[in-house]
Amino acid sequence: MTKNANLETMSVFSPALSARFDLLVEKYPLRRSALVPMLLYAQDEIGYLSDAVIGEIAHRIGITELDVRNVASYYSMLRFKPAGRFNVQVCTNISCMLRGGYEIFDTFQEKLGIGHKGVTADGLFSLEEVECIGACCWAPAIQVNYDFHDELTAESVDQILADYRAKNQDKGGK
Amino acid sequence: MPRLVSHPDEVKIVTKRFGMGAAKIEKYIELGGYEQAKICLAQGPDWIINEMKASGLRGRGGAGFPTGMKWSFVPKVSAKPKYILVNGDESEPGTCKDHLIFLHDPHSIIEGAMIAGLAVGAKMGFIYLRGEYRYLIEIMEKAVADAYAKGILGKNIFGSDTAFDVIVQSGAGAYEVGEESALMESLEGKRGGPRIRPPFPAGVGLYGGPTVINNAETIATVPHIFAMGAAAYAAVGTERNGGTRLFGVSGHVERPGVYELPMGYNLKKIIYDVAGGVRGGRKLKAVVPGGSSTPCFLPEEIENLGMDFDQVGKAGSMLGSGGGVVIDSQTCMVEFALRTISFYQHESCGWCIPCREGTDWLKKSISRVNAGFGESKDIDNIQYIAENILGRTFCPLGDAAAMPIIGFVKKFRKEFEDHLNGQPCKYAKHVELAVV
Ligand SMILES: Cc1cc2nc3c(=O)[nH]c(=O)nc-3n(C[C@H](O)[C@H](O)[C@H](O)COP(=O)(O)O)c2cc1C
Ligand code: SF4
Ligand code: FES
Repeated sequence: MTKNANLETMSVFSPALSARFDLLVEKYPLRRSALVPMLLYAQDEIGYLSDAVIGEIAHRIGITELDVRNVASYYSMLRFKPAGRFNVQVCTNISCMLRGGYEIFDTFQEKLGIGHKGVTADGLFSLEEVECIGACCWAPAIQVNYDFHDELTAESVDQILADYRAKNQDKGGK
Repeated sequence: MPRLVSHPDEVKIVTKRFGMGAAKIEKYIELGGYEQAKICLAQGPDWIINEMKASGLRGRGGAGFPTGMKWSFVPKVSAKPKYILVNGDESEPGTCKDHLIFLHDPHSIIEGAMIAGLAVGAKMGFIYLRGEYRYLIEIMEKAVADAYAKGILGKNIFGSDTAFDVIVQSGAGAYEVGEESALMESLEGKRGGPRIRPPFPAGVGLYGGPTVINNAETIATVPHIFAMGAAAYAAVGTERNGGTRLFGVSGHVERPGVYELPMGYNLKKIIYDVAGGVRGGRKLKAVVPGGSSTPCFLPEEIENLGMDFDQVGKAGSMLGSGGGVVIDSQTCMVEFALRTISFYQHESCGWCIPCREGTDWLKKSISRVNAGFGESKDIDNIQYIAENILGRTFCPLGDAAAMPIIGFVKKFRKEFEDHLNGQPCKYAKHVELAVV
């Protein structure tokens, strides 16, 4: 993680994120319309909403940190603690439940040795039970970070975990 | 990747370009795309609104409000800019239809928003997608960028002196933000709590300007209405319910999927013909017709039930988001009720007490019954609490939580009673799921 290196410089944002932000705020009739998406984009890059991220977003939008925290705490995708590199989100809502969503969730718990909102010791995976993710007709469905995996069976869990482990190797195990 | 399905009874209007690569602007144009926005630009607002009224299109977001009428409420003259807001928050459990539109036909949403803008005199449109739909947000953003590059969006649409800008917005996880006034709050960079109405968005909406808010499917339908003619579109559906609808069928059916069927299509046929019947030859126990907030039907209630807003309403439920959830005979309805209320309890924004406390209380009570520790007065209590949430909350989320629960207790009271006094559930947890 380059997080600490970034903290020492002026901005926590990468140049790309800064550019995205600058473009975004100009488009809206009101600057703070950029707040909710920016929180998410910043979280994607830094991993979670650290104090530094909150401070920087507050500064860039021109509102208080308290105001930013107040908004951020409302949205379920935003977090104030790091998740795993691959955040596994298992839907157990009705359509998924009927087709085995809880079995999928249990299987992930078992294979990863963590529960809801847990993170594996190596920081590679985290697990969450989530509400409907809009893939009900292809249930049971999960998201790993932003990638959907649908029509799962308990047997497919091993393959999914193996694929993400391999992906981690490809990127030099960062 | 979401699987596309097909059935001979489908009437493909909105889904016509699905699977054809229409997310690419060249393909969309080749298939006749953006022609209708051009025609609407030439014809002007009154003509557009009259056509929309004639089409009989009713909002696909849940409430079924006539779209043409909604647009006509926007004042012609306004000191503040007007806005179009496309609702792609799609978070009602059982609903995944907008997902497919964003994936396969993003330009239809841009074109529909442009036509809405031309109708009411708005120069800016927002397309708000739930944050979980990141890959769809990227598809939408690409589509918008391509439309700008071709001069379709921007200061001079189609070389005219009319402007229309589009911004794609990401949410960050919140069911309540799908409620129209909460959606505006979120877009203004705030917590997604609802606003008190009146004033209604058509008068005072986003940034205080007159705003049209429509569901993504509603907006995607608009260009097709102009392409086929309002009368032809209306004729596909039933009285006062024009056109087709994207019906989601999920749960215990052989062929789950999103099917485009004429409004008024029989629910029993949707389950048994279109979606291939109940999985594994089981019996049907219940069906949730239009997303998790709509009260369920028993098998005997759907024999002659046509799926349009009026017929489903008359039968005691709602067409809602069109996301049907099919439940087989070996499902525990108490557990199903518990999962339903847990969702609403989790999503309550907490502003008003009946919703915040009521959903929590319901969750605890149903949980106790489900675990076998309930007493018979708990069942009456569940009914009582749910009935007392109804109509006593700021926004309709409270009703959305209460209505299905009232339905479950009424229609499956015996099953709740069977759980009392430590009796194990006949359908012990998830046993039905082991079967292939
Ligand atoms: C709690 C709640 C959640 C809602 N979620 C959505 C949603 O995700 N998408 C949507 O289009 N409408 C949703 N609605 C309905 C909207 O408030 C609004 O009626 C709709 O977007 C209007 O569009 P339409 O006229 O095209 O149906 C929701 C309503 C409530 C009360
Ligand atoms: S009904 Fe529920 S979601 Fe709506 S305002 Fe009240 S507490 Fe919030
Ligand atoms: S219920 Fe799981 S994706 Fe909708």
